[in-house]
Amino acid sequence: MLRNQNTYTIAYTIKKIMESNGKIFREGFRDGIPIGLGYFAVAFSLGIAAHGYGFKPLQGFIASILTYASAGQYIGFSLYAANATLIQLIILTVITNLRYILMGVTLNQRMPAGTPIGRRVAVGTTITDEIFGITIARPGIPSPYYGFGAWSAAVPMWALGTSIGIITGTALPARIVSALSVAIFGMFIAVIIPPARKDRMIGIAVFVSFACSYAAAHLPFMAKISSGNRTIILTLLISAVFAAIAPRTAEPPAQEAPDTESPVQEA
Amino acid sequence: MKSSLYVYIYIFVMAFSTWCMRVIPSLVMKRPIRNRFAQSFLYYVPYVTLAVMTFPAIIETTQSPLAGAVAFAAGIIAAWLGVRLLGVAAVCCITVLILELLV
Repeated sequence: MLRNQNTYTIAYTIKKIMESNGKIFREGFRDGIPIGLGYFAVAFSLGIAAHGYGFKPLQGFIASILTYASAGQYIGFSLYAANATLIQLIILTVITNLRYILMGVTLNQRMPAGTPIGRRVAVGTTITDEIFGITIARPGIPSPYYGFGAWSAAVPMWALGTSIGIITGTALPARIVSALSVAIFGMFIAVIIPPARKDRMIGIAVFVSFACSYAAAHLPFMAKISSGNRTIILTLLISAVFAAIAPRTAEPPAQEAPDTESPVQEA
Repeated sequence: MKSSLYVYIYIFVMAFSTWCMRVIPSLVMKRPIRNRFAQSFLYYVPYVTLAVMTFPAIIETTQSPLAGAVAFAAGIIAAWLGVRLLGVAAVCCITVLILELLV
C-alpha cells in the first residue's frame, strides 16, 4: 500500500515536472520569436556573403543550424574561401567565440552545486549572444527547457535565412532587411532596461557601456579590432570596474517565484 | 579544387569547436564561484555585454542611422514603461520601417 502510494507520488511529481518543463519550453519559444526575426535578417546577409565564398544552400543551412554563431561563422566562411587549414579555423573560432566561455561561466554561476553535468551542458549548448541574454535575464536557476525553447524558435530562422540568402542574393527589399535587423537590439533593450531601472548601478553600467562602445567603435586603435573582440574587451573592463566600485552578490534581484521545474536539490 | 566531403568536414569542425566554447565552463564548474569580486563581476556581465552589443550597432545596421537612433530611443522608452520582449522588438522594427519610408 505504502509502496503504491510512493509510486503514485513519484509519478505525480514527474508529471508535474514535465508539465512545467513544457510550459518553460513554450515560454522560451515565445521569447525566441523576436530573436528569430532578427536572426533571419542577419543570416540573410551572412548567406549573401557565404554565396560569394562558394557555399551551397544546403551547406549554409547545415553550417548555420550546427554552428549558430554570427561573427564566428562569417569568419569561418571567409577562411574557407581563403583556403585556411582546419587548425587555423579552430584557432580563429576559439578567438572569435571567447565570449561564449564568459557566458557559460555566468550561467553556471547561477546553478547550484550538485547540478547534473548533463543539465549544465544542455544550458551551455543553447548559448548564443541573444539566447544567453534572455536566459540570464530570467529569474531563478537557468533552465535548459527555456534555452531549447528559444533555440527552437530562433536557430531554424538563422539557418533558413542563411540558405535563402545564398539562393536569392538580394531578393528581400533592403528596407525590410533594415527593419527586421533591429528586432534583436529591441530585445536586448527589453532585457537590460528593467533591471537598470531597479538597480541604479546597473543603469549607470549600461549607460557607461553605451558610451564606451560608441567611443571604441570610433577610436582609431580600437576600431581595427573585430566587433566581437571589442565586445569581450569592453565587457571585461567595464564589469571589472563596476565590480570594484559597486560590489554586488551574484544573486539576481529577487523577483517572482523561482522555477518549480528544477529537480535539483542542494545536497 | 576542394572536394564536397571536405566542405562538410570543414563545417563540422567549425560547429564542434564553437560548441566546445559554449560548454567548457559547464564541464569545468561544479559549483558557483564564491569569490566576492568574481560574483560582482558576473553580476554586471550580462547587462554590460548586451549594452555594448546594442549601441552603436543599432544605428549601423539600419539603412538610415537616424532611423536606428530613433528606434533605440523608442525601444528604451517602451522597455522603461514595462513593455515586454516581443513588444519592444516590434516597436523598434516599426519605427525603422516608418522612418525609412519617410526619409
